Amino acid sequence: MGNKQVIVGLGSCGIAAGAGKVYEKIRALKEVEGLDFELKKTSCVGMCYREPLVEVIDESGSYLYGEIDEAKAIEILNKHIEQNIPVQEYVVHSDLFKTVDNTFTDSQVKIALRNCGYMDPEKIQEYEDRQGYAAIKKIAQNGISREEVIKTVLDSGLRGRGGGGFPTGLKWRFANNNKSADKYIICNADEGDPGAFMDRSVLEGDPHAVLEGMIIGAYAIEANGGVIYCRAEYPLAIKRLNIAIDQAREKGYLGKNILGIEGFNFDIYIKEGAGAFVCGEETALIASIEGERGMPRKRPPFPAASGLWKKPTNINNVETFANIPWIILNEADAYSKYGTEKSKGTKVFALAGKVKRSGLVEVPMGMSIRDVIFKLGGGIQNDKKFKAVQMGGPSGGCIPEYLADTIVDYDSVNATGAIMGSGGMVIMDETTCMIDVAKFFLDFTQKESCGKCTFCRIGTKRMLEILTRITEGKGEMEDIARLEELAQQIKDSSLCGLGQTAPNPVLTTLKYFRDEYEAHIRDKKCPSKVCTSLLTYEVDPDKCTGCTVCAKNCPTSCIEGERKAVHFIRQDDCIKCGTCYSKCKFDAIRLS
Amino acid sequence: MRISRISAQKSTTEEDKIDLSILDPLIQKYKNKKGNMIPLLQGTQETFGYIPTAAFLKISSETGLNLSEMYGVATFYAQFRLTPVGKYVIKVCHGTACHVQNAKAVTEMIKEALKIGDGETTTDRLFTLESVACLGCCSLAPVMMIKGEAYGKLDGSKAVKIIKNIRIQESQSS
Repeated sequence: MGNKQVIVGLGSCGIAAGAGKVYEKIRALKEVEGLDFELKKTSCVGMCYREPLVEVIDESGSYLYGEIDEAKAIEILNKHIEQNIPVQEYVVHSDLFKTVDNTFTDSQVKIALRNCGYMDPEKIQEYEDRQGYAAIKKIAQNGISREEVIKTVLDSGLRGRGGGGFPTGLKWRFANNNKSADKYIICNADEGDPGAFMDRSVLEGDPHAVLEGMIIGAYAIEANGGVIYCRAEYPLAIKRLNIAIDQAREKGYLGKNILGIEGFNFDIYIKEGAGAFVCGEETALIASIEGERGMPRKRPPFPAASGLWKKPTNINNVETFANIPWIILNEADAYSKYGTEKSKGTKVFALAGKVKRSGLVEVPMGMSIRDVIFKLGGGIQNDKKFKAVQMGGPSGGCIPEYLADTIVDYDSVNATGAIMGSGGMVIMDETTCMIDVAKFFLDFTQKESCGKCTFCRIGTKRMLEILTRITEGKGEMEDIARLEELAQQIKDSSLCGLGQTAPNPVLTTLKYFRDEYEAHIRDKKCPSKVCTSLLTYEVDPDKCTGCTVCAKNCPTSCIEGERKAVHFIRQDDCIKCGTCYSKCKFDAIRLS
Repeated sequence: MRISRISAQKSTTEEDKIDLSILDPLIQKYKNKKGNMIPLLQGTQETFGYIPTAAFLKISSETGLNLSEMYGVATFYAQFRLTPVGKYVIKVCHGTACHVQNAKAVTEMIKEALKIGDGETTTDRLFTLESVACLGCCSLAPVMMIKGEAYGKLDGSKAVKIIKNIRIQESQSS
């Protein structure tokens, strides 16, 4: 007993997995039984596949328990807290011994995620105890000049982590060169890329790091106004940011003459986005903050010259800002020693899809995609065959298995036709149809096109129609050439990144999986058995036991058969929903 | 693009019941601030669950914002609704990770069970079904969110069961 800490991970994903109930259970038991330990909250540590997570720290070290429900929580309290016996079978990570999950944690270098999952994000004291606000204090105490701050960021080699990959220091220098009484610094937290959730995790787990990064940026470019443009879909992130901003104001990190730096006045407010993917683009984001339709405009003038309310404005992404305090504190060399020649430092990736361990990982640039998926991600679910990885979301592309040794750095990933993007990695196995994936992304960009540029507005629609008819078995061989022609035209004649990159998912799948397109068009077959129009469901008479489960669950009642007799699917009424296939315990539903 | 027009023949009985005066504090707060259009619309939607036609007219006349620009903004962003929604909004995630884990089947089964299409509301005004872009819980795919609570690792029948349970609770409490 004594001096033990119990820490529950309460990020959005943890709460969705049931961490809130586990926390309440532990709190109630602590009260009722008068147990002696300190109960704390933290956010996501990145091991989403093991949520809910409960960490116990005792005199000997740390034990991270995974997949904890209320019953297991009671067991842990009984054994570990009361009797000092750790429950080994639930431990997923410990600093005392190795577990199977060590391969997930060992290869990571945590800079942007340095505090996520290690502190209570709603307590400024815990951030300060972990060298929080030490970077801005270092600037204030040592009188580091604005130019020196910009030079450090430039020398670190940090490039925009939102996907653009533009050198952050250079962006700051441009904004600094434009003189104006009012200047703005904006944090782009409109993480719209489906499949990426690192920004949410940083905002929920370490909001002060983002604020400190913005404060340092404001100092460097002499900005006096700060805006965080955050998706309304992230209510927990907004709540924690608001708490953090209030705390920072109270402690004098925001306000007038910050930390005694004469004339350094800066404050931040949050602007909730209203749900438009295109607002990730700088000029559209600014239009949205100004209360208008979020439509991009022509550049130049760049925001560094004329941005929010026509004042010089600098926009960086959440992850970029989270790196800044660490870089200032540890100097440029400490950051640039990681990575490759042109891509320095580390990058956070969100692993999702058909991978065993989905979650957040931060690795040095230069690691191979294969290592990220197999070493950290643990390989493919159910040990199926790895087919491709989608990087960069709707603007990115699919990298096939045979290119998986490509290293993660901006230029190497670009060379495959995909992009680094914000770091979403959606892993696909042999059961994923690449045309269906391309169609999915195009459907997304087509809906999200703001409508300003003709080729983006109408061209994506036409491409989607072509893809839809291919997946329905109505494609023609000429469609491939049509897709390629349209793709090129959309790329050439769109104003912003959304249109310029929208055809990438189609182009990369055409490049690497042309045979699948041909199978759909020529043979009217979907090799991955996804495109339902090209499939028929049948009962295998040798395997059917007549259990009636399929017939009971069929939404259109088109499965017939007596109990304990072989069943039969009436093809005319079958809507190909796949319910019978997923419900059958005897593997008796065949797809062909 | 996401365009849903204000229907001309919509019954006004419902809107007659709305007390627009509760918008006054919101309008006072944002009246003369620059960039106020989106916060005003967001505040209105938070109050009513959607933006009634009458609210557009009131805000426009009291703040001087242009009605056509307000309509332009309201139809541009996915967040804004121009028709009333059910008590429970079922948001089924169709992000990439959910898509490859067969989120389509979840939406299909809910449609079938509630006899409504995507974006529609049940006649008893209990449920509205929506497809949304990523909810950011990719590791739990496929996911749906009802009243801020996320339900993960779904399939069609699990989702329908959750909804049926809500309906049972509702009928018991009423």
